[in-house]
Amino acid sequence: MNNLSYSTQRKIILIGFLALPLALLALFTYYPAVRLVVQSFTDWDGISDSSRWIGFDNYKEVFVNPDLFGVFLNQIPYVIIGIIQNIIAILFAVILNSKLRGRNGFRVMLFLPFIMNAVAVAFMFQYVFDTTNGSLNALLGCLGLESLQQSWLGNESIVNFSLASIGLWRFMGYNMVIYLGAMQSIPGDMYEAAKIDGAGRFQTLWHLTLPNLTKIIQLNMFLTISGALAVFDLPFVLTKGGPAGASETFLMKTIETAFQFNNFGLASAMSVVLLIITALLLGIQNAVIGKGGDKA
Amino acid sequence: MTTTRRWDPVQTLKYVLLIIGAFAVFFPPYVVFVNAFKGPDEGASPFALPASFLNFDNFATVMERANILQAFSNTFIIVAASLAGNVLLGTMVAYALGRFDFKGKNVILGAFLFATIIPTITTQVVVFSLIQSMGLYNSLSAPILLFIGADVIQIYIYLQFIRNIPYELDESGMIDGASLFRIYRSIIFPLLGPATATLVILKTINIYNELYIPFLYMPKQELVVVSTSIMRFAGNNQAQWGFICAAILIIMIPTVLLYLFLQKYIFSGVMNGAVKG
Repeated sequence: MNNLSYSTQRKIILIGFLALPLALLALFTYYPAVRLVVQSFTDWDGISDSSRWIGFDNYKEVFVNPDLFGVFLNQIPYVIIGIIQNIIAILFAVILNSKLRGRNGFRVMLFLPFIMNAVAVAFMFQYVFDTTNGSLNALLGCLGLESLQQSWLGNESIVNFSLASIGLWRFMGYNMVIYLGAMQSIPGDMYEAAKIDGAGRFQTLWHLTLPNLTKIIQLNMFLTISGALAVFDLPFVLTKGGPAGASETFLMKTIETAFQFNNFGLASAMSVVLLIITALLLGIQNAVIGKGGDKA
Repeated sequence: MTTTRRWDPVQTLKYVLLIIGAFAVFFPPYVVFVNAFKGPDEGASPFALPASFLNFDNFATVMERANILQAFSNTFIIVAASLAGNVLLGTMVAYALGRFDFKGKNVILGAFLFATIIPTITTQVVVFSLIQSMGLYNSLSAPILLFIGADVIQIYIYLQFIRNIPYELDESGMIDGASLFRIYRSIIFPLLGPATATLVILKTINIYNELYIPFLYMPKQELVVVSTSIMRFAGNNQAQWGFICAAILIIMIPTVLLYLFLQKYIFSGVMNGAVKG
């Protein structure tokens, strides 16, 4: 390649380096997205060669049928627990960002759940939540709190909170490490200055640390909400959407509509709806964070 | 300033909270650990220690029935191949887009960045028929191709990093008469090392945890991965907690050990990924 001019080399590099990645991008991202939209206006069953154009019927079905759009209500507990998870993560990050013996040890411990296999964790909690043999009910029994013993995954009004708290267990440490990283990038002389001005511990936290975390808190909040919109693994593995559909999620419904009921048209419309909601959320996120960035 | 230590209630509260946190983290794995060594007729309390920590019956059953070794080796192949593809294609795109100006560059850049917001699982309805028509259903190539082709976050991470590599390095390479390919290979690629480390850590965790792609594309028994192996095993041995706990433990121990050895890199990888990505 050495004896070619740089402008020829440039062309070769551009074509050679971009052709394959662009082909993959087109094939696995944009082609499916376009197909999804087209399919969402048809009654395709996933097998036949032909399908009928039915306009907006699938979309009407998504919004009118309470069994479909209504399952988003099941996902509200994931948002609530997600917010709690971020609050706990900030609390622990603040604690571990201070002078403390055994700081690294505690950081290693609290982050540990994040590196465990998600499915193994799910089954570990199936054991924790089991009604008769489960360790949570046994623990409550030891503490004399028999009245709180529950069928954690079998009670319709609790099941989503139980599932969401598995997420809290797994991801709290991850959020904490991210907050800790953001805190460590706050310049030390700002803390010096606060000290000289006579600020106490809580004043420093409230007026210095938290304001500097605004951007990353916003980011984590949006990740929490978009994560809650796309919940799938935990109910899929542990409850199959039960009891009586109480833990079904929109994505589970979508997958089920396609692969069990062979209604690819409707499933595509559901995917498009989820995509649009996610894209809207991201648009709002960029607007909010962009604004926050201007001020800082 | 006094050097004598006074009792500080806030400091005490911190330790109390940390201990509660540590208890919450270790409570479920502890129960799994002790019950993995218990026989079927051993005591009702899930907290009690087993009769003997040398009772490996449950582990033997899991190894025999759950295809764990096969699952680890398939998972390893998928992770290694996907990472190689991601690193190679990611650095190539970053070099082409980060170092040269050409017509249509912004369109391509936008196409890659916009793709990061499309959640891959929503398009599975279409991708599934695509994979089938390519004849890749029930093969290790299906997840590998999807992890390389359908996830573009690496391009975002690399593009952020390449901006911080001074262009003077490329120029001095050209003065020495190096070809552009050589500049990519000997200057850019090695200097993107920290980004590669971040990527390797984040992607390994993601791919290792992925359930749905292997579940959907590789139902065949021999193509089991870690996530699907435990799912099948627990499905076939409902409520036999001794077996299930042993399976969980076998799956967790290797990653926990890796974590303890690599914690420094994992923490910095997670932090870089969050700040840059």
